[in-house]
Amino acid sequence: MLSPYYIQLVILVGINTIMASSLNLIIGYTGQLSIGHAAFMSIGAYASALVTVHFNFPFIASLLFGALVATLFGLLIGAPTLKLKGDYLAIATLGFCEIVRIVFLNLDITGGSVGLRGIPKKTTLLTVVVAVLITIFVLNRIINSRIGRALIAIREDETAAESMGINTTYYKVICFGVGAFFGGLGGGLFAHFFRFIQPNSFGFMCSIEHLCMVVLGGMGSMWGAFIGATAITAIPELLRFLGDFADYRMVIYGAILVIMMRVRPQGIIGQRLSADQVSIGEKLFNRWAGMGTGGKRG
Amino acid sequence: MLKVEGVSTFYGNIQALRQIQIKVKPGEIVTLIGANGVGKTTTLKTISGLIRASEGRVLFNGQDITAEPPHKIVEMGISQVPEGRCVFPRLSLRENLEMGAFIRQDKETIAQDVEQVFETFPQLKGRDRQLAGTLSGGEQQMLAMGRALMSKPKLLLLDEPSMGLAPMIVVEIFKIIEEINRQGTTILLVEQNAQLALKTAHRGYVMETGQVVLQGATDTLLNNDQVRRAYLGEG
Ligand SMILES: Nc1ncnc2c1ncn2[C@@H]1O[C@H](COP(=O)(O)OP(=O)(O)O)[C@@H](O)[C@H]1O
Ligand SMILES: [Mg+2]
Repeated sequence: MLSPYYIQLVILVGINTIMASSLNLIIGYTGQLSIGHAAFMSIGAYASALVTVHFNFPFIASLLFGALVATLFGLLIGAPTLKLKGDYLAIATLGFCEIVRIVFLNLDITGGSVGLRGIPKKTTLLTVVVAVLITIFVLNRIINSRIGRALIAIREDETAAESMGINTTYYKVICFGVGAFFGGLGGGLFAHFFRFIQPNSFGFMCSIEHLCMVVLGGMGSMWGAFIGATAITAIPELLRFLGDFADYRMVIYGAILVIMMRVRPQGIIGQRLSADQVSIGEKLFNRWAGMGTGGKRG
Repeated sequence: MLKVEGVSTFYGNIQALRQIQIKVKPGEIVTLIGANGVGKTTTLKTISGLIRASEGRVLFNGQDITAEPPHKIVEMGISQVPEGRCVFPRLSLRENLEMGAFIRQDKETIAQDVEQVFETFPQLKGRDRQLAGTLSGGEQQMLAMGRALMSKPKLLLLDEPSMGLAPMIVVEIFKIIEEINRQGTTILLVEQNAQLALKTAHRGYVMETGQVVLQGATDTLLNNDQVRRAYLGEG
């Protein structure tokens, strides 16, 4: 049988697949550069853990509760930030993620910086696998529906989408709501697996990791999100076995990401369009590398 | 059909439109000409609800649409081809056209109408699977027009269809505009290419710095000294 180490790894891959595929709906399919996905994970984790600990909610109910609270915040953050595009939306979502972290650091009920302990262990390999399948199934249904077509139109050209009679605000709010729901679900699974959560587990770096999974795997591809989540979760673990070089594993990890973005900016999966069309991954790379070719519209 | 009554529109503190009056009757091609930056695009965006008028009213078939959101206005039967075409670059031709039918309930007839668009724009025929971003500028313009027709509009708003295109292709596109009009769609055509626009349209409005300064039948405008000097590069 699988050793606990591998089971933990597979569970992490599963949770990250949920995080990446739900973020992929927002970034890859709708083209909204949201880099605060960890906020929804955090809200889902705390909300579900608190109702488990204090009210003895059944596991499924607390997972749902966490996801719904995250959805509520997804809608709340979605509404005012929808007018923002590209970099500005990125900054707003990042700010939201920081606010959530700081609020949780300062609340009594969340245990502040000490974190929340004593959450019963309820997440198993089976629950994670089922949750991943449900997530992918639902997201796939959405993407292949009328809603999905509206989201893709928004990604491709928001003005044109509006000219087609697509209520862009409405669909963007739906997109954030659904993304937040599954982000919150991932958080709930996380909390009930590790039994201990603290606000700093869901900070900026966590959001960036989700983003890397989406970009590395391939934006706008469900398989891409899965592969990205697997790679980003597993690579640092695999690099542990480098022996003497283990100290450098985070450097190697970073280098792999940078090289990937240079060599295959469209991600592992995801088609290259044509020579003159720059993919979002490429834009991100250029922006972060300070080469500044991207315009205001992300 | 369309009445723009004393509409003023602002960008922040900057007034882009001053008391615009425009009327479009059923079956007409009406053109709105003027130099760069006079407010032609703003006028179209105000009609289609992308920007709010701060004064005046827009009436469509007698109904006040001034405060309606863009998607409602499309549902009522006004479709806009935005400036610079704005096709969905990474979607195929067919997907672009299907996106144009987003508001429609009658799913069965959509495939039929896609074929109809290919009849109207023979150059696009047989290329349904090609990505729109890989089309030439003229083909993108045709696709954007075809996409707008997919919502079965009563009134089609065209924003500078000639922009950035070679003269030969422009002539072709204007022929298609006339053809679309013959098939029963009323058209409001914004253009900088005054010559061609005035020859194609029935009536015209001339804009200068946010205002309509001249209007009339296109024959009259073509012979107007002021228009000839300023927009047709004559005398
Ligand atoms: N988004 C905007 N913000 C501020 N000013 C704008 C904006 N869009 C257009 N304008 C200004 O409004 C005026 C009219 O622009 P526009 O309607 O695009 O003109 P046209 O289509 O005739 O070239 C111009 O002076 C332009 O600079
Ligand atoms: Mg213009």
